[in-house]
Amino acid sequence: MRGMSPVVQVIARLLAGLLFLFGTYIVMHGHLTPGGGFAGGVLVAAAFILMSLAFGSVEHTERNSYTLSSVVESLGGVLFVCLALAGYVAVAYFFQNAATYGTGTPLKLISGGMILPANIAIGIKVGAGLFAVFLALGASRFVMKD
Amino acid sequence: MIELYVLLAAMIVAALVAIEIKDLLAAAVALGIVGFSVAIMFILLQAPDLAIVQVVVETLTVVFFAAVILRTTNSDTTIAGRFRHELIFPTVMYVTFGLVFLVLVGRALAGLPEFGNPTMLVAREYIALGLERTGAANVVAAVILDFRGYDTLGEATVLFTAVIGVLTLMRRAGRRELTSENRN
Repeated sequence: MRGMSPVVQVIARLLAGLLFLFGTYIVMHGHLTPGGGFAGGVLVAAAFILMSLAFGSVEHTERNSYTLSSVVESLGGVLFVCLALAGYVAVAYFFQNAATYGTGTPLKLISGGMILPANIAIGIKVGAGLFAVFLALGASRFVMKD
Repeated sequence: MIELYVLLAAMIVAALVAIEIKDLLAAAVALGIVGFSVAIMFILLQAPDLAIVQVVVETLTVVFFAAVILRTTNSDTTIAGRFRHELIFPTVMYVTFGLVFLVLVGRALAGLPEFGNPTMLVAREYIALGLERTGAANVVAAVILDFRGYDTLGEATVLFTAVIGVLTLMRRAGRRELTSENRN
């Protein structure tokens, strides 16, 4: 993938950190304010996509981040299922929340029991999955040249 | 309510433009107009959770389209652009079916309750007991990850399947096999 002009690169370097921070904020506060794992995960993926569009990449780094992001995506999914299974093991039901994890203090960051870790798992899964899709669709080694 | 209808009209026009225009980049932009109109609709209907998801997903979708289009081709060669006689019968059939469908849907929707008065009683319990049962202040998060966790698991599975499908279709090994064996 070819990079873009220095103007784009400077702006992208400024914005990517803020995007990543905002994405993690949306994930972490999903149980308190609007947002959640899905929206935050997409924002995190957008930070990575912005950087790779602005600075370009070579084939072996593309292949490495492709493998890594598909593995991380699967790990996020496994983490989500494990969180749900913990309710089955600890109490009685798949996706049992309050009785397994406790509700915490309402309106504080540590509250909502399973909802905060489940949002984090979904955020990891969505972010890594979308970045993998971006690499598969947009990166140079995959694209047909006819 | 009037702004919703204005947005709906803009969405229909943009969708038609996206289908008919020859420049694929312009078609992607028109598709983006549809998506962002949906986001504005969510804001007007006071659904900030959905609006955030719609905005970020739509932005990323347009970026995906632009990245792929800029690296491949920019013109849609499947649009003929001139009148052809064999298209008259399908067009008449589409329009007839569309009108019949609209009439039937109109009659079906007339039986529904007023806008903003849901018939589902289960949502009331979620709203009333969400904070107490789960400890989550955002009732949407309480619904999607506690009361209806199975639905979220299914949604995560859908995304997982979509990602696996894209990675399988776009992987290099399969393409090389296809081009060497099936090209002639």
